[in-house]
Amino acid sequence: MTNHEQMWNELGMDVELHKELLRSIDKTFNQTVGAQKNRPAGIDYFDHVLHESHGGRVAELIEARKNGKKFIGTFCIYVPDEIAMAADAIPVALCGGSQFSIPYGEKMFPRDICPLIKSTMGLALGKICPYGPIKDLGVGETTCDAKKKTWDVVNFHVMEVPQKKSKLDFDLWFKAIEEFKDKVEELTGKKVEARRLSETIAIMNQKRRALQKLNEMRKIDPPPISGLDALVVMQAALNDEPVRFTEYLNKLNHELEKRADEGFSPFPKGTKRIMISGCPSVMGNWKVHSLIEKSNASVVIDETCTGTRYFENLVDDQTRTIEQQLNALAERYMKINCSCFTPNNERLESIEKIINTYRVDGVVQYILQYCHGYNVEAMRVSQILKQANLPNLKIVTDYSEEDTGQLQTRIDAFLEQIE
Amino acid sequence: MNCRKILDEQTYDTLVATGYGRYLAQAHLDCPVITEIKAYAAGADFIFPGCRTVLDIGGQDSKVIKVNLGKVEDFEMNDRCAAGTGKFLEVMATTLGYTIDEFGTEALKTSSAASINSMCTVFSESEVVSLIARGENPQSIARGVHQSIVNRIISLMGRVGFEEPIVFGGGVAKNKCMVFLLQKRLGAQTHVSKEPQIVGAVGAALAATKSKKEVRT
Repeated sequence: MTNHEQMWNELGMDVELHKELLRSIDKTFNQTVGAQKNRPAGIDYFDHVLHESHGGRVAELIEARKNGKKFIGTFCIYVPDEIAMAADAIPVALCGGSQFSIPYGEKMFPRDICPLIKSTMGLALGKICPYGPIKDLGVGETTCDAKKKTWDVVNFHVMEVPQKKSKLDFDLWFKAIEEFKDKVEELTGKKVEARRLSETIAIMNQKRRALQKLNEMRKIDPPPISGLDALVVMQAALNDEPVRFTEYLNKLNHELEKRADEGFSPFPKGTKRIMISGCPSVMGNWKVHSLIEKSNASVVIDETCTGTRYFENLVDDQTRTIEQQLNALAERYMKINCSCFTPNNERLESIEKIINTYRVDGVVQYILQYCHGYNVEAMRVSQILKQANLPNLKIVTDYSEEDTGQLQTRIDAFLEQIE
Repeated sequence: MNCRKILDEQTYDTLVATGYGRYLAQAHLDCPVITEIKAYAAGADFIFPGCRTVLDIGGQDSKVIKVNLGKVEDFEMNDRCAAGTGKFLEVMATTLGYTIDEFGTEALKTSSAASINSMCTVFSESEVVSLIARGENPQSIARGVHQSIVNRIISLMGRVGFEEPIVFGGGVAKNKCMVFLLQKRLGAQTHVSKEPQIVGAVGAALAATKSKKEVRT
């Protein structure tokens, strides 16, 4: 028995079923990410983060808890990590991206809700998630109906993300942030001090800057990194310890800069440049990026929660008091253009900016099945893309492999249109 | 491999593969590939020059393609299941005891259509079985089955926003009742070639001649 197996056993997990899960994820990884050629050397670390997400990272969290830290599971990029970290808690995003656990989720949850929730809950219900047993607090939010009702079942702390963007809504969001601060203080028994909070704000800003730098390089034609590898980095960002993550990302960025100077890329010059816009692709899910890049196009930017929405906009660090800092955090997080808002014009403005700065040739709107927000908003996105004379393809899909044949045909036909 | 056997008996200058098996063919025959969507657009424009919309109902999917000068402008496909495809018709014809050819002609003999509520192939089949058991006229049931596919196709066409002239291709275009009902619902003529199931093959052949020219020059 390996050390990890012993750990999983002690956590009360179904170790045999968990092995099957890891085999299934490995298989998908090897067929998609692993099958790529000309990957940068620095990507190894991020592959390692994904592979150790149920092993080394969990052992690290168990160790930290022994030393008095608390572990918080989150499910949305609206939860401000800075506050949790300032109170000596460790936040980790726990969204599931694997098809394997979905049947276990469907044992209890309705079939007709999004695969992300079913996969996440399936990991817990199938006793194949090592994070559940060590979690000191789960934090949910109100970005969609299926999530809201899920939090009722699992009894999480819920941050109220407003549905509109007026002053009234901002005040509500500010209150939700204050409440979250109180909640983590109560959990850890430590006060969120202005000095410590300014440190964690700096840590997260550094992390965002490194991600911005990575994505800046994807503007180059051809980009020095594939869209699939950039996604691996993003998926690692949601799991890894932020300071260490930033350090390794800076190394990767340095390597990519050199590659770009030498004109080296995984793609030949003139490769079609595609933007993915819509829903996140979390760990275990490499489906659409892989289909696009296997058809000889490159994904050059993701306007998703595992893309620009995660790293654009920094938190104002010129603040002194706790009150000012919380306000700066509220402002930064309110700028995440989630489709739960009505209206959500800022997302359209952001897309218009991205298609120009990244010189994209076409947009794939990636919608997770039953994600009504992004699915309906796709109409408005299509409108602005039409005005910009850009081909756009809407794909509504889940994590399963059953529709890959049809998706391949649709993606190929979409890419033929760009010629 | 069957394809190779057929090809061995033919003489040809160049080869292009299209359709769901295109990558399989490419792996064995080392030829370029195009999607059937591009192929249908090119093929339909060749057979009916100036065509603006192509409707293709094949065995496992149905598509509506907006075409301009033989090029794809936009397209929509049915989602992953067999609803609204040739396979759906085939299953229903078998349940009613008709051959594929009889199915359309029999459905044309009546103007009353039994209502088929489900679009799922499996549930529709059981609906058809209970309609037969209730003594419903088989021709009306056949008419109802056609009607339900047409309803589905109309919404697909609405999403693309079709323009005339419309070309109807794919094996299902051979079904007279489908052509009749579609024209009635669209209030527009649909052009069907003599052999609608080879429109895609014609398009692939056109792409082949084009790629050959490019190689030569």
